[in-house]
Amino acid sequence: MASRLAWGLAVVFAASAPFWMSGYHLYQGAQVLIYAIALLGLNLLTGYNGQLSLGHGAFFAIGGYGASILIVKLGLPYYVAIPLASAVCFVAGFLFGFPALRFGGLYLALATFALAVATPQLLAFKRLDFLTGGSEGLHVPKPGPLLGLPLSVDQSVYWLCLAVAIALFAIAANLLRGRVGRALVAIRDHPIAAESMGVDAALYKTICFGISAFYAGVAGGLDAIAVGFVSPESFGLALSLAFLVGIVIGGLASLGGVIFGALFIEFVPNYADQLTVYFGENAKALPGAVYGVMMIAMMAVAPMGIAGLFRSLAQRLRKA
Amino acid sequence: MPPGEMANGLAPGARPDALLSVEGVSVRFGGVIALDDVSFRVARGQICGLIGPNGAGKTTLFNCISRLYQPSAGDIRYEGRPLSKVRVHEIAELGVARTFQNLALFSTMTVRENVAVGAHACARGGFLANAFSSPQARRAEREIAAVADALIEECRLQHVADRYVGELPFGVKKRVELARALAISPKLLLLDEPAAGLNHEEVDALASEIVRMRDRRGLSVLLVEHHMNLVMRISDQVVALDFGRVIADGTPSAVRAHPDVIRAYLGSAA
Repeated sequence: MASRLAWGLAVVFAASAPFWMSGYHLYQGAQVLIYAIALLGLNLLTGYNGQLSLGHGAFFAIGGYGASILIVKLGLPYYVAIPLASAVCFVAGFLFGFPALRFGGLYLALATFALAVATPQLLAFKRLDFLTGGSEGLHVPKPGPLLGLPLSVDQSVYWLCLAVAIALFAIAANLLRGRVGRALVAIRDHPIAAESMGVDAALYKTICFGISAFYAGVAGGLDAIAVGFVSPESFGLALSLAFLVGIVIGGLASLGGVIFGALFIEFVPNYADQLTVYFGENAKALPGAVYGVMMIAMMAVAPMGIAGLFRSLAQRLRKA
Repeated sequence: MPPGEMANGLAPGARPDALLSVEGVSVRFGGVIALDDVSFRVARGQICGLIGPNGAGKTTLFNCISRLYQPSAGDIRYEGRPLSKVRVHEIAELGVARTFQNLALFSTMTVRENVAVGAHACARGGFLANAFSSPQARRAEREIAAVADALIEECRLQHVADRYVGELPFGVKKRVELARALAISPKLLLLDEPAAGLNHEEVDALASEIVRMRDRRGLSVLLVEHHMNLVMRISDQVVALDFGRVIADGTPSAVRAHPDVIRAYLGSAA
């Protein structure tokens, strides 16, 4: 009940943002929503199903580039291009799920790490210039006003991201509530017992990988039209690692946690950057150090993520 | 009965209603022979005790039946059908459920959710149906909830139904595992040392519970147990293993009196 109320308030708050925020702040809001979608996908895979991925930036990139190519080269509207690119991500993730079945734990982390390292290189590959624009990247036209309403571009992009995020959160919540969600968590907790109870672990793990990649792909596609530009540099290893940071800081296996995770990876590096202003030219390495300290502090204060912190606070209140 | 006859088990066709028949199963791990030409049958509605000293191959045999291990020779038939092509997750759908020697619960889930996973194979509805909460998925969810609720009551778990399994005491966890296995609606229930770690009264309760489960559901039980008293009291048939071989197969009293069993397992004192 309390969590329903919290979700309702969050949706009202988020939906009203364009009335009292504008320009760059609204753009940042859209980024938070986009990150939240990607983190949700990664949390389904890593938090709920227990498959570690250090390479979700790659699926984000496939979604972003896929949508951009379809929009720029084929002239498709974004509402066709993004679902198509995300479907490609689903297939890519599903197929990657098969070798993933053979690797466990750290080995899967390494395999996905390789994916994260290789993807920017492939995107900058000269022979693919005609599609990807090489290291220059691609400029993507911003979408027109949503549903023909008199809205600014920023408002349109923001509400589009919010609508998509709400739909994808609802789908994830449905999935996790029932038979499928229990099977995913059972596989994480005890794979042998799960199989003995009739859960087809191979099928569930590969489909979960596909869905997870699909979410990352949707986020990548939205990111491409929100930023208006894709380039190999924007999808580097740092992005994949930021996603992992996001789900751990937000709270593994928590839907609400990914919102906090998205806020963290959007704003904390920014604020760390701004600190440099006070320390002048000699503090080039400072943002990284501040970001690192913030992460350690978060883990010390909230070892189960921000969602875990709220959970234990709520428990304490109930007991008191 | 002369010892030789029991050691060979029953002749093929002796019990046409056998639910499970293990036929010449051998398992090798590298150079170690864990099971050596093991044959026996479990009839429908019977409780079959599987005894033997540590390392005799009892759990290995369980793992063969539940398809976690592939025997290097021999065949296991269930309802007359060979299990060699059946995949691990398909075994539940066929009606074979098991518990584990060292508890294999889903520790981050509640008791109710653990039991509900047992009902996984009994329901349909995949990713798409669940994602959009289709009527079919909702109906399946209601059926699973009903199964889980009934078993939680039957196994006296109401007071912990919404607690996380990880925080429960050992004896309660064992009951959760039993409830989860029953949620499969099994025809064959494999119990791996259900009495381990239980006190005297709990063992007595367990004994009557196993018999009651069998009577009510008409299921067959294959029971691995060190607690000799329990096995001899409730089993219709006892199979004794030693060093991977069947050394005796018969009624509890016959197996108890068998010289090889006394030598290998019960010791000279018995």
